[in-house]
Formats: sequence, structure tokens, C-alpha cells
Amino acid sequence: MGRKILLEHINVPGINSYDVYRSKGGYASVEKAIKTMKPEDITEEVKKSGLRGRGGAGFPTGMKWSFLAKPEGKPRYLVCNADESEPGTFKDRYLMEHIPHILIEGMITSSYALGVNTAYIYIRGEYFYLVRILEKAIAEAYANGWLGKNILGSDFNLDLYVHPGAGAYICGEETALLESLEGKRGNPRIKPPFPAVAGLYGCPTVVNNVETIATVGPIVNMGGDEYAKIGVGRSTGTKLISASGHIKKPGVYEIEMGVTVEDFIYSDEYCGGILNDKKLKAVVAGGSSVPILPAHLILNTANGEKRLMTYESLSDGGFATGTMLGSGGFIVMDESTNIVKNLFTFTRFYRHESCGQCSPCREGTAWMEKILAKILGGKGEEKDVDLLWDVQRRIEGNTICPLGDAAAWPVASAIRHFRNEFEDFVRNPANQQDIKYYFHCNNIDSAAAYSSI
Amino acid sequence: MSEIKFSTEAESLIQNILKRYPNDRKKSVLIPALHIAQAEFDGWLSVPVMDKVAEMLELKPIEVYEVASFYTMFNLNPVGKCVIEVCRTSSCWLRGANDIVAYIEKKLNIKNGETTKDGKFTLRTVECLGSCGTAPMLQIGEKFHENLTFEKVDEILNTHQNLEKHCTYLDATTFRKN
Repeated sequence: MGRKILLEHINVPGINSYDVYRSKGGYASVEKAIKTMKPEDITEEVKKSGLRGRGGAGFPTGMKWSFLAKPEGKPRYLVCNADESEPGTFKDRYLMEHIPHILIEGMITSSYALGVNTAYIYIRGEYFYLVRILEKAIAEAYANGWLGKNILGSDFNLDLYVHPGAGAYICGEETALLESLEGKRGNPRIKPPFPAVAGLYGCPTVVNNVETIATVGPIVNMGGDEYAKIGVGRSTGTKLISASGHIKKPGVYEIEMGVTVEDFIYSDEYCGGILNDKKLKAVVAGGSSVPILPAHLILNTANGEKRLMTYESLSDGGFATGTMLGSGGFIVMDESTNIVKNLFTFTRFYRHESCGQCSPCREGTAWMEKILAKILGGKGEEKDVDLLWDVQRRIEGNTICPLGDAAAWPVASAIRHFRNEFEDFVRNPANQQDIKYYFHCNNIDSAAAYSSI
Repeated sequence: MSEIKFSTEAESLIQNILKRYPNDRKKSVLIPALHIAQAEFDGWLSVPVMDKVAEMLELKPIEVYEVASFYTMFNLNPVGKCVIEVCRTSSCWLRGANDIVAYIEKKLNIKNGETTKDGKFTLRTVECLGSCGTAPMLQIGEKFHENLTFEKVDEILNTHQNLEKHCTYLDATTFRKN
């Protein structure tokens, strides 16, 4: 069994309540931090731990914290990014539902480290039932003196609030999230300035993912060096993986970084193998944005080494033969999966979620969706596959925020590794057997889909 | 003058949440306020309702419209008492979301995106709701219905058959009192 840091007590009955969480050593990091550590000591421990942002980008958390500007007379903010919306990712939801206090503890310890007196948890609106859970946990934390004025008799004050979104993937991008928290459309801002300098209400702000913040408590408790011993190389610690698709045991698993992909898919400790014992066809390893890989490349690198669940190993080979750990949204597809149909669900998703600010993304995602509908509908020509490639290439790198890249990569990788499936749709009418049904269920008016191409 | 009137309960909810933001940043309460307004007025945001929200928060109406129209969860047209939102993105599709959509369409005799004539149900498909490990799934109000089968769908449709009020994402007990 791998070591558990975040989910150590997941099976303890009542761990979602304050009393049980506290009896299992909960809020110890707040006591340790406020009573024995200076704020900058905590940032130092987080740096030593090697913790990297768990939302998807993998940026070193300690470094992000150290960029926070500290001008006199301006408040600083900590905002937790609980806008979990990357298709295939549901780990933050799991953590907040089952152990809400671990996030609240992390928010308090992190706020102390950053000199923050007001902090927000921005949560996607679809998770309203979690707002209820978090609000209850926050009320318990206030009632027990962990939030409010003069926490533990110190001069540290903290107010913590939950703020719901209203259905917009783009608000997971940190500057769009801040716009949304200010009561505006979720249009990402041009950077610089980065939020560390001008974030919420123009004040210095740190935005961190739920899992990242939840990990700060354990790091303070065990010490950064100790945390860094877990894992492999620069992929330190544990990671929550959301496993879904054609596997026997979908769910959230905490892995020690460095487990092999093969073990993760096939061992009973994790996914338990492919549903109905079919063959593995492909995996999207880190949420919908990361490149899809065929079975042979996800299990082993192009050099024939076993692929590991780490930032470095998953990206070994670059985009030619590798992918990314991303948010840890691990979607498994068996041999029966049609890659083009799956890709369509991703591309439609990005078209729907594009904020519309940048032309390459706004127009490009819509074009890709239309071209895919045309190909799926049997009206495609071989040049359409090249056109699709061309459109995605013109989105990547040409937008304010990474949504454009996120829309381009799944298309590029599906063509790179499964070009034959696109061509099959173009050449072989047999593939269109159930396409009417597919189109109907997906609300696609096929005539409209082709008319503008 | 707008004739729209919020209940005192809803108004005090908004006032309560308003305290969470700096005094000169009232606009931050806009999205929570629109959620409360939608729950208050039959599950959708009419122009008069949005105008009333603007008046309450001292915003220009356009500031409210542009936000309401940006976010998927805000309905700008009337909806059924029970809005069924079926997730259709990758993981749900892999585990049979299309069959669930088709089944509900047949049972309710409406197409995806439509409302039943009696105004009881609206069916629509939505993008990933973060329930990939328990796919296929649908959301009604704040509740997630997961690991769906046709039998489960039957049960869900039955229990939502004769609702008095619209299903909502939140109610007066969702937020704690500050």
C-alpha cells in the first residue's frame, strides 16, 4: 500500500465532522504554525517540500508564494481555486465532500504564512451541495476559535468565505476566477501583472488549487524535507488521481508519485483493470486538455521504459510520444472506443467554454467542432483532417490564456496517434452505422454542421 | 420602477453575503445574488428580475445582463419545475450518457433542450460536472444523481413528477450566517 497523506483518515467514520477530524490530529498545523513558526518559515517548508500546483500546471507552490508582493497599506488575499471543471477531474470534489476540514486547515495555515486576513474559496456553482458542506465546516472552525479574531490568542485574524461560481470552466483560470469573484464575466486578464502583484481588487493575491492548499497542513506537520522524501525526483509527495472511463474501479486514488502507469491501471489497489477484461486502447492521463496516448505509449515511453505517474515520466518524449500529469484526471478507454467520437465531446466542450475574448480560440474551437461533425457525419474528405490539424496549430500559443492550448492539444494528439480513425470515417461508410443516434443524442443538427464548411 | 419584489428572506440572504466583501466591492455579490434571484423567481432570470438585482446592488442593468448571459447556470428563459441536466462529456459518454439522454427523451416525449407541455420537466445536456468516476450522471437542483441506470432514471422522474416549487441550486440554509 502506498503512503496516504491527504486520505490517511478517509475511512474513519465521521471524518467530515469537526470533532472527529480534530481527534485525528486535525488543525495541528495551525497550532504549530502560529505558536512556533514565523510566516516566512512556512513558505520555506513549502519550498523544501517540492510541492507543485495540483490544479494542472504543476508550478512550484513555494515559489508562487514567494512572488507575493507585500506593499504597505494594501490587503493581501488568498483564494482557493475550487472551480474544478477539467473533464475527467473530480478529486477536489471528493476531498471537500469527505474531509472538508483539511481544506479549511490548509487555508488557515497558508493565510498565516502569506499574511492574509481575508480568504475566499471560489467553488464552481454546480457544486452547490459542497457549498453547504464547506459553510458548515467553516462555521465549526469559527466556533472552535480557528477563524475570526486573535486566533489561538495571537494577533492573527482571518475571515474565510465561500463564493460560488455559476457554470464556466474558464473560471478555473486564475485571472478569470478573480474577475468572476469581482462579479464580472470570466474573461482572463492579460498577464503581467500577475495576481501576486495585482490580483483580487487590484491587491496582491495567491490563487491555489484545493489539493495544493490541503497539502500545506501535512507539510507543516511533517516538515518539507520529510514530504520531499516521498515520490521521485522533482515529483514529490502524493497526488490525488481521478480515475474514470472503462475501468473496474473508478474513483479517487491517492498515489505516491512514481507508481507505474501499468500498476495504476491494472492493480487491485487502484483501477483494478479494464472493464469486462477488454483490451486497453488509450488513456487521457491528466484531464481532457492533455494529449491522449495509445496503450503502448502510456504504459511505456518511446524508449521502452515503464511510464511512471510523475510529472517528468508522463511528459517524457514531449508531445510527440508523451503527455502530462495535468490535474490527474485519468480517463481510460477500452478497445471499443471510437477516438473521433470521444474527441468530439472534448472539442464541443472547449467551444462551449471558450470565453470568446481571443479570436483564435473563439473561432477556432467552433471550426474544429464543425469539421469533426462533418467527418463523423460521413461528409468529410481527407483534406478535412489536414484542415483540422491546421486550425488547432493556429490556436495554440495565440491566446491570452491556456484554454486555447487546452482545446488544441487533444485534437493534435488524436490526429497524431489515431489518424487512421479519422480517415476511416472519411473512407468507410460502415462507420456511420450509429452516427444518427450519436448526433441525435448530442443535439447536432447535421445539416447545419456542414453548411458552413 | 420595477414591480419585482424579493421575499424578506431572500433580501436578508443577499445582505448577509454582501458582508463578505469590502464595502466598496458590492459587485462581488452579483453572482450569488443572481443565484438567489433565480431560485426566488421560478428558476429563471427575466429582464425585470435582473433590473431589480441591478437596483439592489447599485449596478447598471448591463453589468447584470452581461454576467447573467455569460454563465451556463443562469436561465434567461422560463424552465420546467424540474430541470434535468445530463452530463455528456467524455467520461460520461464512455459510460453511456447518450443512452440516458435518449431514454429520458422517450419517457418525457421531448427532445434535448425542450420543456414538457405541462411545464414539469426541462431536459438539457451539460458539460462535465465532475462526476466522472460515477458516470453516467445527471444533476437536478443541487443534487447529483450518479451511476445512472434506466431504473434509476424512472425513479428520479417519478419522485419529481408533482413538485410544488422549482428545484433550485440553493436555499436559505445553504450559506451560514456571518
